[in-house]
Order: sequence, then structure tokens, then C-alpha cells
Amino acid sequence: MAEELRRTGLYDLHIEQGARMVPFAGWEMPVQYPMGVMAEHLHTREKAGLFDVGHMGQVLVIPKDGNLETAALALETLIPAAVLGLPEGRQRYGLFTNASGGILDDLMFANRGDHYLLVVNAGCAEQDIAHLQTLVDVDVVPVTDRGLLALQGPKAEGALAALLPAVRQMKFMDSQIHDWNGAELWISRSGYTGEDGFEISVPNTVLREFTEALLRNPDVAPIGLGARDSLRLEAGMPLYGHDMNTDVTPAQAALGWSIPKLRRVGGARAGGFPGAEIVLAELANGPTVTRRGLRPEGRAPIREGVEIFADEDGGQALGKVCSGTFGPSAGGPVAMALLDASLPDGTRLWAELRGKRLPVILTELPFITPSYKR
Amino acid sequence: MLKFTEDHEWLRAEGEDVVVGITAHASEQLGDVVFIELPEEGREVAAGEEIVVIESVKAASDIVAPVAGVITAVNSDLADNPGNVNADPMAAWFFKIKPADAAALEGFMDEAAYQALIG
Repeated sequence: MAEELRRTGLYDLHIEQGARMVPFAGWEMPVQYPMGVMAEHLHTREKAGLFDVGHMGQVLVIPKDGNLETAALALETLIPAAVLGLPEGRQRYGLFTNASGGILDDLMFANRGDHYLLVVNAGCAEQDIAHLQTLVDVDVVPVTDRGLLALQGPKAEGALAALLPAVRQMKFMDSQIHDWNGAELWISRSGYTGEDGFEISVPNTVLREFTEALLRNPDVAPIGLGARDSLRLEAGMPLYGHDMNTDVTPAQAALGWSIPKLRRVGGARAGGFPGAEIVLAELANGPTVTRRGLRPEGRAPIREGVEIFADEDGGQALGKVCSGTFGPSAGGPVAMALLDASLPDGTRLWAELRGKRLPVILTELPFITPSYKR
Repeated sequence: MLKFTEDHEWLRAEGEDVVVGITAHASEQLGDVVFIELPEEGREVAAGEEIVVIESVKAASDIVAPVAGVITAVNSDLADNPGNVNADPMAAWFFKIKPADAAALEGFMDEAAYQALIG
């Protein structure tokens, strides 16, 4: 029997807005609204898109001894990032690795003065929480009384500032607490679209009210998971379970940038996380395969699972597409695949689609220029 | 005279040919169409054969030949402007087919029956 799908606090609002709901990572989520995926995508790039991301896991990690450094060092045993040294009010991207150097999940973590706030993928949340609970020096507290919104696009700042003027001062990857009508909002200037924008954790008690206040702004439209996928793909951002998983290492996923020098060989806090030897050796030597961008020459999208070849005929597949769709802002299909790291950008390869090989060009990621407010 | 198939295609008799497109219901289900691959003119096809590839932002799907026959024309303008399928599905024809059996259209649903099917 199928497990019952969970719903966010905005389920009724999605239905009223005419959303088409689909199962996603155990949740019933809006894949699109009547505007349609293409228009929703373009609206986000031109104005502001509002996404319900309340399916994602929000988790507090609190040091038992009251010393934040204790929590930072505990998290560094699971995450190859600099947790210690992250200033209060700032957020970073990181990965949970496993003993073979594969990726268990990717996450955001923020320094909130006396604890860390983590945001993890919906499909991995349960496993991540269990993983965190192996740390003896911290309390791990899943946040269950809040929703999570993402407001993304060039008009996001104006739309949020109309309700909370102080957010104009926030910079990319700032993480702050703001009061809205007596409710505590946890706001970070970040997102998953390549656009400037915010991710806003809202108490369930005011979630609908706050969401409707944003939607009353004519620049803001609700956006579904369909456009979220094409937006993040154009921005060259990997999606867990597709572009990375337990068989893919940080270097292969092209996420080595999230592992700073001080966690690498020769660094002050080198290693000390699961799979460190494998992960660090590969970062030092360079991976043989890594996540690359592909742009088909024609208009046919190449999707997950499509095999890539060096030649128009014969030969063994070089790899498979891990994410691919039509990119409305790129004006054509876009895809990512794990491929030979030594092939130069611009190389012409072939994608086998419905028995035919179609030309694709190896392309530097991202496919669009991000517009973060640094 | 307009007829409909269970595969959500509309069929319109035009002389000896049948013009084939997809219904508004089908185009809504597909979402924004971004790519269309049409069959060769002159190709002989069997009923139910997948002859058009239609890619939306969400997924790839096929359009089947509603009847056996020969493809007499394809709408290459539509392949250049795939979004027309969403903008005006009843005007966006994909191909014309000359049925092997001149009475081939008779078994298909009329509009009332099709509306009942999709609810």
C-alpha cells in the first residue's frame, strides 16, 4: 500500500490557485499552476516567483555545552566544509558524505549565534536527522511548526521589502531573523534558481497570511516544481538523487568548491569526515569524470538516462544524462551529465535519443548568468 | 465533420484526407510543447503506429496514426512553432493521412461522446 503523502500548510492555497499536485519525495506538491511551467519559469527570471518549499527539512543543531564551537566541530565530522569560522548571521552550502566518499545529501547551514539551522532535502530529511543524531555533543531538533517559502527573481527584494524593509540590507547568503506582525521569520538571501532572492521560514500560524500578503504584490506569482527544476538546471545547480547520490563524490558532482582549503590535505582541519581519504585524494588529483553541461544543437530535450557518445556511430557510451529539460531562458534544451573531465568545453558529442544520435555541445555551467546580490 | 479518438486526437475529413491534431484536453495535460518531430510525407503507416514525437517541458510522448494509410502532408510550420499546440490546439494540425479504408472515420467518437469521455 502506498504511504500517505504529506501536505504542507499551503496545500489548500495551492488548490485554490488551481495548482496541479503531484507526489514528490513523500509530499503532495504543486508541479505547476494555470500559468504553465514555461510562463512560470520566465516570470521568475523577469519578476518574482514564490515557491512552497515546505517539504524541505529544517533542523536545529544545538551544542549541549552551550558553546557554539562544539556544534561547529561536531558538524565538521559529517560535513567537509568550514562550519567553524562561519560568522553569525551567515549561511554556507555543504554536503553530507559517506564512508566511500559518496554524497548522502546536500544542505545549507546557518550560524544563528547559539546554534546552527540546517535545511536539507525532503527525500533525505529522515536519514539526515538520524545521521546528525549520531553526534553526541549536540541536540538535534527537527523544526515541525514552520513552513518554508522561496521568493526568487529580480523583483523579489522589492516584494519582500514592501512587507519587511530591513531585508534590503541583506547580502547573498546572509541569514537573519525578522519580526513580521509579531511572528518570527527566519530569512536567508539565497535560493535555487540562479536569481537573487530569499528563502523564508514562516511559523505555520501565519504561513497562509504571509504567503497571501506576498501574492497580493502584482510582481509575485506562485511557481511550481516544474519551473523550479528548469530554473535550477539553467543555473547549473545539481539536484540530489539525480546529479548526485551515494555513488557520486563531491569532485565528480563539481562541488569541490564547497570544501575549503582548511579541510583539504595540508589544511588546519584537514579530513575528519566520512570518506575523507577518497574525497581529498580525488580533489587533489582531479576527478576522471565530473558533472558537465550539455547543449543539444537541435530543439529536442535530452532527459535523464539518455546516453552520450563520442561519435555519431558505434562506440561505448561515455556517460548518461543526469538532468535534462528544455530551458525557457536558455531558449533551447539544456542538460547535465557525468563525463570525462578532460574533454574541453565546446567538444561536440552525440546523445542517443529514440535510436538516433543527435549532436550536443559540451558547455560550461551555468547556462545563464546568476544575479546574486553579493 | 469532427471526430475524436481515445488517444485525445481530433480528426477532420478534408477531401480524401483526414487532418489530425490533439485536443485542448491533451495539450493541457502535456503542458508547454517545446519540440515536435513529424513523420515523412509519403510514409505508409499502420493504425496505432507512433508517428509523431511531442516533447513538452515535462516529458516526451507520442501521437499515433489513428488509422492505417499514407501520410500526405505534415505541418512543418508547427515543428518550427511548437507552442502553437498550446495556443490553439484545434488549429494546430500535425499531419494529413489518406486512409486505406475510406470509411475509416466512422467508428470514432463525435464531440459529445468525447466530452463525456474526458468528463
